[in-house]
Amino acid sequence: MNQPILEIRDLKRNFGKKIALDGVSLSIPTGGVFGLIGGNGAGKTTLLKHTLGLLSAQSGSVRIFGLDPVADPVGALSRIGYLSENRDLPDWMRIHQLISYTRAFYPNWDPEYAEKLRRDFELDPNAFVKTLSRGQRARAGLLVALAHRPDLLILDEPSSGLDPVVRRDILGAIIRTIADEGRTVLFSSHLLDEVERVADRIAILHQGRIQLCAPMEQVRSGHKRVQLRLSSSVSHFPPGGIWIGGEGSRHDWSMVAEAEIEAIREAVLLLNAEILSIEPMSLDDIFVARTAGKALVAGVQS
Amino acid sequence: MHIHISTQDGVPIYLQIVRQVKHQIASGILVSGQELPSIRDLAEKLLVNPNTVARAYRELETVGLVEKRRTAGTFVAEGLSPLARREKLRMLSERMDGLLAEAHQMRVPLSDLIDLLNQRAKAFPQNSSIQNPENHAS
Repeated sequence: MNQPILEIRDLKRNFGKKIALDGVSLSIPTGGVFGLIGGNGAGKTTLLKHTLGLLSAQSGSVRIFGLDPVADPVGALSRIGYLSENRDLPDWMRIHQLISYTRAFYPNWDPEYAEKLRRDFELDPNAFVKTLSRGQRARAGLLVALAHRPDLLILDEPSSGLDPVVRRDILGAIIRTIADEGRTVLFSSHLLDEVERVADRIAILHQGRIQLCAPMEQVRSGHKRVQLRLSSSVSHFPPGGIWIGGEGSRHDWSMVAEAEIEAIREAVLLLNAEILSIEPMSLDDIFVARTAGKALVAGVQS
Repeated sequence: MHIHISTQDGVPIYLQIVRQVKHQIASGILVSGQELPSIRDLAEKLLVNPNTVARAYRELETVGLVEKRRTAGTFVAEGLSPLARREKLRMLSERMDGLLAEAHQMRVPLSDLIDLLNQRAKAFPQNSSIQNPENHAS
């Protein structure tokens, strides 16, 4: 049996009056790549900080490798590699100092691997961290996150603001990490193209709640765009059922269905409508439908 | 082996790999006995999850287009030509299904569509090769 590497139960977090996490439950299996998707301010960083023990749960629980990361930070953090959204690294250090400094924290540090990454990433050992470009800074952060070969690699918006070359390095690091048997990657992103490429499972976080959590393949096959023509003109599409969003007016509607083909055919039959087409959806379209879809159902174009 | 992955059109990535490898076998770019890249190398090159590449290779193995050799890698299967021809026709059928669906949406009757196809074939610069498909079957 695959024991979950991370188990979150009913986690809630407020910052003053602002609700950041509103009862999040999430179970992430060991092995593979888990993509956490959400817009700005959805609560992704807050959620990841709880998994690292940087924030303690106001209510609910977080268990990582079966440990409470707040009560046992050494046990948890020694097995995690983390690249933060702001890549907070000590600015006053040189690259070689950053490497030997970080190495001291990790008994499993692999100096040869660290040196290989440094060369691959073209990091000058004598350069000061504060003089690094954005991309080089991300690479330096990635180096110190990877060189102890962590069981779990956590990346918070790893590609945001980076050029395509550095983004390739990041994605390549994710792929190499899980190609090594049994390792797990958890990364947050709003760049759905890369999530679709590398994630086995995804969760959509929206307004502090998990909207959807499933294997990528299931998410993809479970959502379809359906063009249909109703036999009678309506100003609002009949609510409920398999339809989670869409738009249109009168007879012609373009709807998003959360269902397999057979269920779609049945639902359309009940509406006394004709199917013009059923198309697969990109993760991008699915995300928009899941997070904004409800507002669209009420016939915006009518 | 060159493969292009797009995440815009909603086609699952494993299926894009399967289709393009099939296409390359059918068109003779990949030949019998040729070795495919390892799962890990292709995953790193395409920047996709290794499980996705593994799934595509499994699918290709199931339909007999590639074969795994013990301790070696994955190779294009031997003696593929009849299958390649069937595969070509199957790929064209898929494209035609799309065309038929579009014609149906635009309320263009089948007879008009067939007339149009003939008309286009006449206008096509290489129409002599189209009329003699056997010359080109691999």
